[in-house]
Amino acid sequence: MIARVMGQGQYEVDEGLVERLNALDRKAMDALGREDEGELDRCLDEMGQLVQAEGQRIDDERLVASDIVIPPSDLTLEETRKLVSEVGFIPDPPA
Amino acid sequence: MDGLIGRLTNIFKAWISSLLGAAEDPALTLDYSYERQRELLQNVKRGVADVVTAKKRIQLQSDKLESTVVKLEGQARQALASGREDLARTALQRKVYAQQQLQGLESQAAGLEQQQQKLVESEQRLAMKVESFRSQKEVIKAEYSAAEAQVRIGEAATGIGEEMAETGLAIERARDRTEQLQARSAALDELVDSGTLEDFTGTSSSLDRQLDEIGATQLVEADLARLRGEIGTGTETQQLEQGAGR
Repeated sequence: MIARVMGQGQYEVDEGLVERLNALDRKAMDALGREDEGELDRCLDEMGQLVQAEGQRIDDERLVASDIVIPPSDLTLEETRKLVSEVGFIPDPPA
Repeated sequence: MDGLIGRLTNIFKAWISSLLGAAEDPALTLDYSYERQRELLQNVKRGVADVVTAKKRIQLQSDKLESTVVKLEGQARQALASGREDLARTALQRKVYAQQQLQGLESQAAGLEQQQQKLVESEQRLAMKVESFRSQKEVIKAEYSAAEAQVRIGEAATGIGEEMAETGLAIERARDRTEQLQARSAALDELVDSGTLEDFTGTSSSLDRQLDEIGATQLVEADLARLRGEIGTGTETQQLEQGAGR
């Protein structure tokens, strides 16, 4: 399947990797609940690194849809809260 | 999938369907998205320019703050030499505050540098995909039947839609950070413009109250002791000397 790491491009990854990503994601959500920015940073970093280390980079010229999107590793606590609320996280497309 | 990845993936899907839902005719969809892509590329260029401007402003302010630090040190020395320890202390409080702000500015400037780098990379990736989309769109229009074209257009449009969403978000994040910095930098103007001691009889300002709250007492007292040592006098000894001189 195809994973997009925000800020890093797209990668082809094995299904097995998704389970490990989900485990990190759960830890990240816990960190968010505790407002533990350090732990959140570590989880986000690890997610991105995992995909980059074990996935196959997809050429920037290829136009393919991603199955999953991994948040950027430098997301702040406040930005993560905004992401979880899902409202207005990405600005509207230019009209 | 209700973690960060799941939510972000859903947000991307929703964003892309709102982008592509606008036109029903595939050929129109293509032209419509291509126009939006060009616009977004312009926006990201503007975003980079804004970050560069913010960086320059921070540099300017850092320079000013540095000279403020030197000026306040001079004023503290002067106040102490005239036996006004209270004023020397105020000047040193401001100096410590200015130094703290300087450190903050430096780390923010480094953050902006990273932001700029990311925007530039984002722009490059998007530009590459826009080019690729442009050539694919011509091929699709020319070579495929309407039904097949629709499928292929859908794939290409989704692929580039993601890049557009990502670039849009990168611009937004850079803008948020730049705005936060500008607010902070406007607050610092008070210190830079009027933060030095204009005259020795000035009343306490809101800045002074903030200074009282920063808990830099130890730093200020250590600074004061250092100055006293350098001048070789304190209030009492100076009064004695003045008395003895008459």
